[in-house]
Parts: sequence; C-alpha cells; structure tokens
Amino acid sequence: MYVAVKGGEKAISAAHELLAKVRRGDTREAELSVKQVEQQLPLAVARVMTEGAVYDPELAALAIKQSAGDLVEAIFLLRAYKTTLNRFGICEPINTEAMQIERRISATYKDLPGGQVLGPTFDYTHRLLDFSLMAEGEFSDPSDEAENLTAVPESVSKVLEILEREKLMASEMDHQHQPTDITRDPITYPADRSARLQSLVQGDEGFLLALGYSTQRGYGRNHPFAGEIRIGEVEVSIVPEELGFEIEIGAVQVTECEMVNGFTRHRDGEVKFTRGYGVGFGQCERKAMAMALVDRSLQAADYDEEVVSPAQQEEFVLSHCDNVEAAGFVSHLKLPHYVDFQSELELLRRIRAAEQSDSAKETN
Amino acid sequence: MNTSTEQRQRWISVLAKAPTESLLKLSDPVVSDMQFELIREPEIGLTQVRARMGGKGDAFNMGDMTVTRCVVRSQGDSLGFSYVAGRNKPHALRAAQLDAMLQLADFHQPLTDMIIEPLNQLMLNTQQQKQQATAATKVDFFTLVRGED
Repeated sequence: MYVAVKGGEKAISAAHELLAKVRRGDTREAELSVKQVEQQLPLAVARVMTEGAVYDPELAALAIKQSAGDLVEAIFLLRAYKTTLNRFGICEPINTEAMQIERRISATYKDLPGGQVLGPTFDYTHRLLDFSLMAEGEFSDPSDEAENLTAVPESVSKVLEILEREKLMASEMDHQHQPTDITRDPITYPADRSARLQSLVQGDEGFLLALGYSTQRGYGRNHPFAGEIRIGEVEVSIVPEELGFEIEIGAVQVTECEMVNGFTRHRDGEVKFTRGYGVGFGQCERKAMAMALVDRSLQAADYDEEVVSPAQQEEFVLSHCDNVEAAGFVSHLKLPHYVDFQSELELLRRIRAAEQSDSAKETN
Repeated sequence: MNTSTEQRQRWISVLAKAPTESLLKLSDPVVSDMQFELIREPEIGLTQVRARMGGKGDAFNMGDMTVTRCVVRSQGDSLGFSYVAGRNKPHALRAAQLDAMLQLADFHQPLTDMIIEPLNQLMLNTQQQKQQATAATKVDFFTLVRGED
C-alpha cells in the first residue's frame, strides 16, 4: 500500500519543464509539427488510435508528439481525452467487403477474384538501412507511367467466403445480438466473443504478438493460414435519432485479417475449418494478425479443445492485454511505499535478531 | 419542396466527406448573405465504431471516432443537420447550413450544380488517383515446382 505525501511542488514543476526541454531537443533543429507526425509516422498513429480506441489521426499525432514518441504513454493520453467527450451515438457496423482496397493479400489462394494487391508494405524490403532518407531531398512521386493498369474492382469479395460456399468453413452469422461494451460494463468471465474482440482490438500489440507467436510454437496450436489481409477505407454511417435515416459521416482506414485455422468436427457434425478475426484502425497488419491468432485460441471451449496454454486462457489474456492498465499498475510501484516498506524492514530485522540470539544460545 | 430521403442522404454524405477547404471555398459566396439560426452549436463528441466478426457475423465494438455535429434553421424555416467525422466545427457548421438550404426549392438545383456535384467529382478524382497507385502494386505470383526435376 502506498501513502499520501505532501510537498515537492517546485521540484515536480521543474521536472515537467525539463521534460518539455528534452522533448523539444536541440532547438537549432526545426520543431516537429503535429501534421508531420500525422503524415510521416502513420503506422505509429495507427497503433495509438487502435489501442487508444479513438479514430482521430490528428489527436493521435498530438499524443505522440506530447509523449515524445512513447506510444504507450500516447495511448494513455488518448484514452484520457476520450473520457471528456460525450458519445452521440453508435455507428452502423463497418462493411469491410465494400472496402476501398489499398492492400489485399491471401496466403491460401494464389489466384483470387479481384487479385492480390501489395499496397504500401514492408514485405519484400531487404531491411537494410536506407541512408538516402538521411539526406534531405525532394521526394518524387511514383511514376504515373502505368496508365493501362487493370483497376482494383470497387468491391472485392472475401476469400473465406470461397470456403464457406463449399461448406468447408465455419460460417459467421449475424444473430443481431447486442454487443457488450467493455468501456461501460467491465468484462465478466466467461466473456462473450464481442467483449473478447473489443478487448483484443484495444490490447497491447506486443503482448498479443507474443501470445499469437506462442500458439505457433505449440502452446495452443491452431494451425493458422493468413486467409486474407486487407487494408483500406470503409465508409462509416450512423442513424441520428433526429433524422431517422442512415447518413454517412466519413470514412476510416482499417486493417482486417481473417485467419483460416485448423479443421475440426463442428457441433453440427461436419468437419470444417475454423477461423480467427483481427481488425484495427489504420495500417496495423501485425496487430490484426496477432489478434486473429488469439481470437481463435480463445475459442478453445467452442471446439472442446483442452485449455492448457496461456493464449487459450481467456481471463489471463483479457485481464492482462490492456497496456494502459498494465502500465498503470506497474508504474504505481514508483509511488511512496515508505510505510509498507518500513514494516517489512522491521519484520526482517526482528527475524534476523531472533535467529542471532538463538544461535548465540546454541554456542553457549 | 419535396426531396426524397435518398437525395438528401446523398448530399449529406458528400458534404460530410468533402475536404474542408474545398467545401468552404465553394460555398462561402452562397452562404455569406444568408441568415441562419443556430439550433445546436457545432459540438465535438464521439460515436462508437462497430465491426463484425469475420466481416459479416455479429457486431462488436472496435472503439470510437471523433465526430462534430451541428443543427441550424434557415430563413426558409428548414432545419439543416450535420454529423461530420473528426473535430471540425467550421466544416460541421457549413454542412448543416447547406443541408438546410438544399431543402429549399429556390436553392436546391443551383446548390446541387455549384457545390454538390463539383465536390463529388473532386472526391471521385482523388479516389481514382488512389486506385491507380494501388493498382500498380497488383501482383501475379508464380508457384515454383519443388523437389527434383
């Protein structure tokens, strides 16, 4: 337990001034603008929006600048800001099938209706430092030579549907269930899948990546294939009460990963593939893949699989995946624990003193 | 004037998604000599974004997005509404003003021609450029035969 302390105001405000100075760095260098962060660090912005659970690239960029690039701190800032706003309503669920495709790949089919589109990816780069980025120069747009390209179709059908049509894949159906909102009602266990998925979207990428990796290494094996990964913009619409009809309010960029997982006999008696789903704001492919792996491992109970590994343990995963909560509880160790510690110290001293007097008696 | 819900949905969508700069530039001359009563000042809040399990199953909550909304009444007594993604009060105000004006018979056609159609065209062009850039990364993979020949 920690105790309240008083004083230190001057030192605290000096520390904050020093932080501002460190964040600014060498003043001979131009100051980084929020717009630059938003435009030139879009993947950091995506992570902060996804785990901060607010789609607003400008706010995420501001949080990154303010936190001097500490993304977990930036996520915390965004979550805190979110609590100051009213919620006007609930959007209609996004339709990722109608996504304006920027990237779409499949590791299960080489030839797909709609084709494979690499988009802006780190895949196939050689991971060699590009020193040309150190030199300041004009950026040249990719050439516009390619005039006669076959355009990516407006709406590209889903890869997993190919398997569903053949009845080889567990199908997803809309039962019109009202989803749980973990920001209003704390998770209870066993959790329903809507609560799990919301928790995983906001969950720490590193934690979920490690758990996903653990399933590949044999701790809750679920035999995954990247059925389809797509990145692009989807329309967002709401039905405002005062209007009574649906209106579009804008678009958000999302990344979606649909994993095809090992087949098993389903409750309807048929043998079919199973599936895991991952999604996040912006370009966040690694996160979406990790989420899909963990979504599947957490379905263990649905397929009567033995729950033996961390990635299959719902309560373990969901109660530790939030980095704002985790960072908060770890950080609280920095708060004054003087009284607590004194009592431990005293106890230890008493034990030692008792032992010494015992051994003194023995030698006598 | 009787405009169908579909027509109104379309212009509301264009007004919400248009780049702010273009929206304001195109509509400044039209709106400047009109009077509006502010029913609900531009206000920033959140709406919850939902996705579906496997893209089409049951819905779940993904997070929120920021949104700005506004309601105005025009001189012609029509009510204009706006809900615009992001935090942008001038954009939301203008979108509400135009929504109100577009419901008036005298303004509907000229505003559609001068503002809605050009904005729509602008967005189509941007979208097309994006599609072109994406199409350049379309790939054909070859599978190599493994093992001995």
